[in-house]
Amino acid sequence: MAKSLGPVKRKFSPWTDPASVPFIRFENITKKFGNFTAVDNLTLDIYEREFFALLGPSGCGKTTLMRMLAGFEEPTEGRILLQGKDLAGVPPYRRPTNMMFQSYALFPHMTVEKNIAFGLEQDKLPKGEIEARVQEMLKLVKLEQFAKRKPSQLSGGQRQRVALARSLAKRPKVLLLDEPLGALDKKLREETQFELTDLQHTLGLTFLIVTHDQEEAMTVSDRIAVMDKGVIMQVATPAEIYEAPNSRYVADFIGDINIIEGNVVSNQGAATGGVMLDCDGLKIVVDQECPASTGDRVAFAIRPEKVRLNIDPPTETAVNAGAGEVYDIGYLGDFSLFLVKLDDGRIVRAAQANIQRLVDRPLTFGDRVWVNWSRDAGLVLTR
Amino acid sequence: MKNSRFDATVLTLGFAFLYIPIIILVIYSFNASRLVTVWGGFSLTWYREMWSNQGLMDAAWVTARVAVISATIATVLGTLAALTLVRFRKIPGRLLFSGMIYAPLVMPEVITGLSLLLLFVSLNVDRGFWTVIIAHTTFSMCYVAIVVQSRLLTFDRSLEEAALDLGCPPVKTFFRITLPLILPAVLAGWMLAFTLSLDDLVIASFNTGPGATTLPIKIYSQVRLGVTPEINAICTILIGLVALGVIAASIATKRNEVRRQRDEQAAAAG
Repeated sequence: MAKSLGPVKRKFSPWTDPASVPFIRFENITKKFGNFTAVDNLTLDIYEREFFALLGPSGCGKTTLMRMLAGFEEPTEGRILLQGKDLAGVPPYRRPTNMMFQSYALFPHMTVEKNIAFGLEQDKLPKGEIEARVQEMLKLVKLEQFAKRKPSQLSGGQRQRVALARSLAKRPKVLLLDEPLGALDKKLREETQFELTDLQHTLGLTFLIVTHDQEEAMTVSDRIAVMDKGVIMQVATPAEIYEAPNSRYVADFIGDINIIEGNVVSNQGAATGGVMLDCDGLKIVVDQECPASTGDRVAFAIRPEKVRLNIDPPTETAVNAGAGEVYDIGYLGDFSLFLVKLDDGRIVRAAQANIQRLVDRPLTFGDRVWVNWSRDAGLVLTR
Repeated sequence: MKNSRFDATVLTLGFAFLYIPIIILVIYSFNASRLVTVWGGFSLTWYREMWSNQGLMDAAWVTARVAVISATIATVLGTLAALTLVRFRKIPGRLLFSGMIYAPLVMPEVITGLSLLLLFVSLNVDRGFWTVIIAHTTFSMCYVAIVVQSRLLTFDRSLEEAALDLGCPPVKTFFRITLPLILPAVLAGWMLAFTLSLDDLVIASFNTGPGATTLPIKIYSQVRLGVTPEINAICTILIGLVALGVIAASIATKRNEVRRQRDEQAAAAG
C-alpha cells in the first residue's frame, strides 16, 4: 500500500523494511491429518516484538499453525525457523515459546502461586529467584492477594490472568495466545485487549494470537493474517485489512460490507478516470489502480458507513448512486443500519451514526431515499 | 396417590429382598445357641471363638495380603493399559485390544480360573500364595483399566500440553499433572480390585495351593460341613468393614462437593 490507511498505533513496521530479518519464519508449511489438509503450503514471516494475529473461521488452520510453532504438531512438509534455527524435532518442552491456552489449562491441584512457578521450577532456577519472579508476575496481573487460591476459587477473568501470568513467567521469546479472551464477557474482553497490548509493548515480547474474533484481532495486533482453508488470504495491518481488503473473502470476513458483482466497462487508472463498472444497470466508478481488464467479472465492495443516505437526490445520479426505499432498520445504539431496497431489487446497507437523539431521526420504513458514495469510498475486488 | 403407594411397596419389597438375608446373618452372629436357626439369646461367644480359630484367622490374613498385593499390581498394570488405549490411538489393532480388555468382565469365572490353572500346570509352577495373586491381578486388572479409562477420556489434555509447554518432560508431566488428577479414579480402581479379590472364591480355588487358603475358600469348605455361627460372625465383620468403607467414601465425596460449591461461591463473589 502506497498511502497509509487508518490510524497508526505505534511507529513499528519492520515488515516494510527489506533489510529486517524475520524472527519467526513459516516456510512452505503443509500439515495433513489423514486426507485433510489443515495448512496448505503456507509461508509467513513474523518480526521481533510484533503483535501478530492469525484470524479466520474455525477449521481454517490457524490453531494448527500455532500448535506447530509450540511443538505439539510436526509439519508434514516445510520448516519453521525461529531466529534462523530450524525447530524440527525440538520437543515442546525445549522450545522457547510459551502458550496461553484457550481453556487456560490451569493445574487444578495447584495454587495460583504454584501454577505460575511451575515453568520456572522446570528450569531449576534458585528458589529465591522463582519466588521473586512469581511475585512480579502476580503484581503484573494484579492478583497478589489471590496467590494461595486454587483455580476453582477464582472467577473467569482471574483465571485468565493466572494463565497469562503463567505463560509469561518464563519470559518466552514468543508468547502464543490461543483464543485467549473467548471465555470472557464483552466488557471484560475489551478491557483485557487493551491490557494485552500495553503488556506486549512494555515487555517487548513477540506475541502471536489466534482468534476468530475480528474485533479482537484488530484491537490488539500490529498485523493480521486472514486465513481460509489452510491458506493465508491477506497479511496486513488492521487498517489495511479493513480499508483495502484484497479479496471478497477478506472483505466479507472483516466487518460489514456491501458486495456488488459487476463487469468492468473500462479501466483507466486512478488518476485518469478510474475503473468503470456495470453492475446489472447500476453504474459505478472507482478511483483505483486495479489489474482488471475490460469485460472481467469483479466485485465492488463498500462499507456501510461509507454509503451516504439522503432523502433528496444527490447532484450526480448517473453513477455511484441509486434510489430506493427503506426496507429495514437495525438500531444498534451508537449507529443505525439501514437496509435500502433499490428499485432494481438490490439491497444496500448504509450505516448512519446516531449523532442526534432518537426522536429526531426522520427516516422510517418505506421512505423513499437515495444512496450514493464518492469515487474513492469503495473498492474493486478481482478475487 | 395410588401410584405412590405402589411405588413404596415395590421399594420396600426390593430392599427387603436385598437386606433381610444380611440382617438375619448379622442377628444370628450374636446368637448364644449353636443351632443356626434357633435364637438362644444375645452373646459374643462366636466372635471369641472366631478369634481363637487359628485356621480362620490364617485364611483372613492370607486374603488380606492377596487382596492388597494383587490390587496394587492390578492398579499399576490397569492404569498403564488404560493410558495406552486412550492415548496411543494409532497403534494397529487398538480396537481389538480395547475390546479384549472387557472380555474378563463377561468371561465366566470358571473359565478364567481353569485357564490360569492350565497355564500354571503347563509351566510347572507350584500353586500357592503367588499363583493366587497372579490370578487375581489378571482378572481385576481389566476393572481398573475400565475405571481409569473412563476418567482419562474426559481428561483435559491441554493440561498436559501446558506442562510440556512450560518445560516439563513427558514422564515428569505424568507424575506431576496426570497422576494427581486421575488419582481418584486410580484409587477407585484399587478399591474395586481389592474388593473383587477379597470375595473371590472360584478363581482362587482353582489356583491356590497348600498354605494359601483364602477366607472365601475357608468359609465355603466349613459351610459344607455345616454352618457354624462363627461363620456368621466373620461375615458380619466383613459386612461391617465394607459398610465402613462405603460410608467413608460417601462422606469424602460429600465433603468435596460442599467444598467445591463453597469455592465456586467464593469465586463468584470475587
